[in-house]
Amino acid sequence: MCFPRSTEEVAAAVRVAADHGVPFVARGSGTGLAGGATPLDDAVVVVTTQMNRVLEVDPVERIAWVEPGVLNLDLSRAVQHLGLHYAPDPSSQQACTIGGNVGTNAGGPHCLASGVTSAHVLAVDAVLADGEVARLGGTGPDVPGYDLRGCFVGSEGTMGIAARIAVRLLPDPPVVRTLLCDFGALDDAAATVSGIIAAGIVPAALEMMDAEITRAVEDFVGAGYPRDAAAVLLVEVDGLPDGVAAQVAAIDAVARSHGARSVRVAADEAERALLWKGRKSAFGAIARIAPDYYLHDAVVPRTKLVDVLRRVYEIAAEQRLTMMNVFHAGDGNLHPLIVFDAREPGVWSRVHDAGDEILRTCVAAGGVLSGEHGIGMEKRDAMPMIFTPDDLDLQARLRDAFDPQGLANPDKVLPRGSRCGEVRRAPEGTWV
Amino acid sequence: MGVSAGTVAPAVADAVAALAATVATAPTVVPVGSRTHWEVGGPAPAGVEVRAPSGVLEYDPAELTVTVAAGTTVGELDAVLGAAGQQCPLDSHDPAATVGGVLATGLSGPRRLRYGPLRNRLLEVHLVLADGRTVKGGGRTVKNVSGYDVARLMVGSLGTLGVLVQVTLRCEPRPAASEWRRLGVPAAEVLRRAFRPAAVLTDPTGTTVLLEGFAEDVAAERDRLGASTVATAPAWPTGPHRGRISVRPAHVDRLVADLAGLGLAVLGEGGVGTVHVAAPTADGLDAARTVAHAAGGWLLREAGPLDGFGIDLPNRALMARIKDALDPTGKCNPGRLPLAPVAVGGVA
Repeated sequence: MCFPRSTEEVAAAVRVAADHGVPFVARGSGTGLAGGATPLDDAVVVVTTQMNRVLEVDPVERIAWVEPGVLNLDLSRAVQHLGLHYAPDPSSQQACTIGGNVGTNAGGPHCLASGVTSAHVLAVDAVLADGEVARLGGTGPDVPGYDLRGCFVGSEGTMGIAARIAVRLLPDPPVVRTLLCDFGALDDAAATVSGIIAAGIVPAALEMMDAEITRAVEDFVGAGYPRDAAAVLLVEVDGLPDGVAAQVAAIDAVARSHGARSVRVAADEAERALLWKGRKSAFGAIARIAPDYYLHDAVVPRTKLVDVLRRVYEIAAEQRLTMMNVFHAGDGNLHPLIVFDAREPGVWSRVHDAGDEILRTCVAAGGVLSGEHGIGMEKRDAMPMIFTPDDLDLQARLRDAFDPQGLANPDKVLPRGSRCGEVRRAPEGTWV
Repeated sequence: MGVSAGTVAPAVADAVAALAATVATAPTVVPVGSRTHWEVGGPAPAGVEVRAPSGVLEYDPAELTVTVAAGTTVGELDAVLGAAGQQCPLDSHDPAATVGGVLATGLSGPRRLRYGPLRNRLLEVHLVLADGRTVKGGGRTVKNVSGYDVARLMVGSLGTLGVLVQVTLRCEPRPAASEWRRLGVPAAEVLRRAFRPAAVLTDPTGTTVLLEGFAEDVAAERDRLGASTVATAPAWPTGPHRGRISVRPAHVDRLVADLAGLGLAVLGEGGVGTVHVAAPTADGLDAARTVAHAAGGWLLREAGPLDGFGIDLPNRALMARIKDALDPTGKCNPGRLPLAPVAVGGVA
């Protein structure tokens, strides 16, 4: 394991690994949920947490160059005084690194309108698998040739290590409004999500929390969530004042027409912050319910949300498991959360069976395996559910073009010919 | 009926199969759209021309995504989306351009400032590889990190990695109000004062701004900017020799002035860094390229005989390996992308 402090030291570490034919794995804070940064066998682990400087901020062009170990939230804090922010905001944003975000192509609630990490990364100085440093992408609009930056983002460390990253910053919107919609039935909340999109509104964020998680969060942080709701929607709109006002009114009307019991608009910044604190503390709150959890991540077409959710709860009932849902409803990104006590004999197999069935349900509905957590080890062997052998062959050849020796984080993302017995199903000790 | 994930739509399956059979046996394959951007990059090679089928294959406005055959024109797509109050800003200045052609040439269009680059629109791609296999990259949902981003790799690849046959694009609501206004100030000044304008296009005599959004907001922005002069979309620079310059956005105003000083027709995208330039002669466009290089940028030839790129591709060896991995015999659009070293400048 090594802790480089510069691009040169990352390159030196990778060169040593390459010279000895030893695999290497890049790792930020280790918050990933798919096991992408978990070293297998005797891989060299290149930990980027010492590289945590914001190197340069250009407030006119709204670009920041950062080292990979900068924490996501620290970046937004560093540019706050300029009226700028970095849009992708994973729930782990207090702990996860920008380098890790690049690796997984991370998302977050505010990616609904502005896109996930790939839409915000302009350039990466990548240490490739042979130790050479290559600038992928650039700070101008277009780079000649293939979009190597686009390939690299989300490659989960299998194409090299991001040593310096240029990100796009967004101007803070003049007006932000956050609504909490309270529903007596989950289907009504899901129908409201579709209704909002159908009304021509793409909110900045559109999050759903079901009954169990809403209660857990309210007991945990006291954010003012209705403890008796079957589901709540947290909706945020931003922009210029009249458009925001019109959208708030439209969302209020859509929610009420779908049976919302109440719609509350945060009166001030403090109330708004509290509502978001509730959402972002969801995974801390569940520790009060059961000692263990398995968080899933899959995306379905938005119009299939109601059907898929219903089936997800059925699966939980069939497997006698407690299931909660707190997720990015606006883009169809589900996060079914199974809470359990691992000391209970036989529970793991039911947790895994439920997870597999959820994934099958999402794929059957036209969905994909992951919206923001990545494939890593967790879903590597599920890739054939959505890709043909030819599709996977294309991806394997692409990876080999970046890393002919196969030393960059091997055995992640793409399945081997056969399922490997040594791989754990759920990475342990991970942060949400 | 819907398109099943993993395969091309039934409506185009036969056409794609025929295209794939042609690709598999042809020694050289040249994907053709509407030839509206035919001279972008390297010279068109001689070879077997193939055309992707056309047609909107699946569109559910509630999903805010649309799946089309790659030969569909951007005009047709815009009409279909417009009928549902939506848009997908593929803003080729020629509505006859095909979706596949716009993607392959990487044309982001003037509203990139607001709606982002083209590469952010493409969710799923089906392409025919050099050996005739039809493969899929990406996925149809608006959010997806399952596997490598093959879809993004295709944007701007100039048909050199395979033939695009079917794509899924992200759409968005059409703005309620949209108006062009004219100001006598540089782009940088407009960008400082406006909140997320759709486009800020600057020429030697002033700046034309496109305001989009709710009617009241657009009116308020217009008043705040003092942009009382109604305008139309500015004319695209035309001429037999055309190019698209990429520079850091901060250099756009200066570059526009410098290029105008050379007597060239020019239009810069403020806040984006793209500068469109047209010249009466190849030497004129070459001079524009020299100006672009001096500003740390580069010029992509879009029309005329000037060399396509004028620079060695960055990370050329890696790009060549990617090309080799997908198209080992080099049959897909050879010469469009200079994957071998090129001389700097000069007329091809």
